[in-house]
Amino acid sequence: MFNAVIAAAAEKAENPLLPAVYDIVWSSLIFVVILFFFWKLVLPRMQKLLDDRAEAIEGNIAKADDAQRKAEAALEQYTAQLADARAEAGQIREHARIDGQKIINEHKEQALAEAARVTTSAKAQIEAERQAAVVSLRSEVGTLAIDLASGVIGESLTDDAKATAIVDRFLADLEASEKAAK
Amino acid sequence: MIPFATDEGGFHGPTIGEFFPEAIFFAGTPFEINRIMLIRFLAVAALLLIFWIGTRRMKVIPTRMQSVVEMGLDFARVNIAEDILGKKDGKRFLPLITTIFFMVLFLNITGPIPFLNIAGSSVIGVPLVLALVAYSAFIYAGVKKNPANFFRNALFPPGVPPFLYIIVTPIEFISTFLIRPVTLTLRLLMNMIVGHLLLVLFFSATQFFFFTATGGFKLFGAGTLVFGFAFTLFEVLIALLQAYIFALLTAVYIQLALAEEH
Repeated sequence: MFNAVIAAAAEKAENPLLPAVYDIVWSSLIFVVILFFFWKLVLPRMQKLLDDRAEAIEGNIAKADDAQRKAEAALEQYTAQLADARAEAGQIREHARIDGQKIINEHKEQALAEAARVTTSAKAQIEAERQAAVVSLRSEVGTLAIDLASGVIGESLTDDAKATAIVDRFLADLEASEKAAK
Repeated sequence: MIPFATDEGGFHGPTIGEFFPEAIFFAGTPFEINRIMLIRFLAVAALLLIFWIGTRRMKVIPTRMQSVVEMGLDFARVNIAEDILGKKDGKRFLPLITTIFFMVLFLNITGPIPFLNIAGSSVIGVPLVLALVAYSAFIYAGVKKNPANFFRNALFPPGVPPFLYIIVTPIEFISTFLIRPVTLTLRLLMNMIVGHLLLVLFFSATQFFFFTATGGFKLFGAGTLVFGFAFTLFEVLIALLQAYIFALLTAVYIQLALAEEH
């Protein structure tokens, strides 16, 4: 069997280094088909894909840059607005504080003035009432004393001038004794 | 082998005749088709189908199929063409390098595939045609780049003392214009032939030990089976590696021809 195969091989002169015509024909054909397939179809598709992908990536980067810029601008604006608002709030607070102080001061002054007024008027009233009381007391006490003295001495002190003099002397004595008692 | 070789149920060792199967169609014409040619057609059909479907509706965000195809194309483009030739020349020669890489890969890979069991590139036609293509490509690249000086630079390298040209020029001529295509052809062809013969040897030995040999010899079958399995995996690696080497060397030869000086 083995020898037979060798014999057969020798008979057909099969040398793997000698190409048969059909082998070259089909190999060349295959090569040309595959070359054109890759050259005209696959690689252009692949190139287009790579371009698309690069474009997509660049597009996305541009978009992202744009968004970033917008966000930064917005942030700046907000920050500025916030600072403005803070300054304004500070101003308002300051005004309010000053106004409040003013109001408090005004009220304080008003209250003090009112108190002073009330005190003054009260003092005046008291003084007036005291005067009135003194006057009425003096006249009543005078009348009573004269009536009493009239009764005691049995004489009517009709002479007003005399009576007044007596009363005044009495009162002076009274005051003097009061002072002495103190 | 010989002691086991008997006419009936003996050991069938692999022979070189396996690479010359009987014609199936058009016997005797330049378009003769045998089993290996059919396997080549099948591999090419698979290649065309995979890359046609894989690139049919390419999207910026790839599907799984597209990712795999892209990975393959990117390997040829980035790791071979652009790495060796740079972006500009890489793009120029990309169709050629891609074609060589995938043609060799798909024709090699039929070797370890069950029922095909022989590499489409294990007959000299494919390695030879591709080597001639690579040969023409680097000469074309050199002549196009430097029409006046390409052969002079290649055969009379500048900077060498003139009297040394007696030695240098024949060496350069042989290494550049004779050895390159021959080594390209033989490296691929012999890898595929030997790979096939090894696998046939292991599996036919396994068959023989298990079913024909008697007694303790049956144990040898387990060993040869394990080796056959290991070498099948190894052949897958070889298929990839040879495709890579062939495309890479083509790129390197083109690069050397494009370089201003050697």
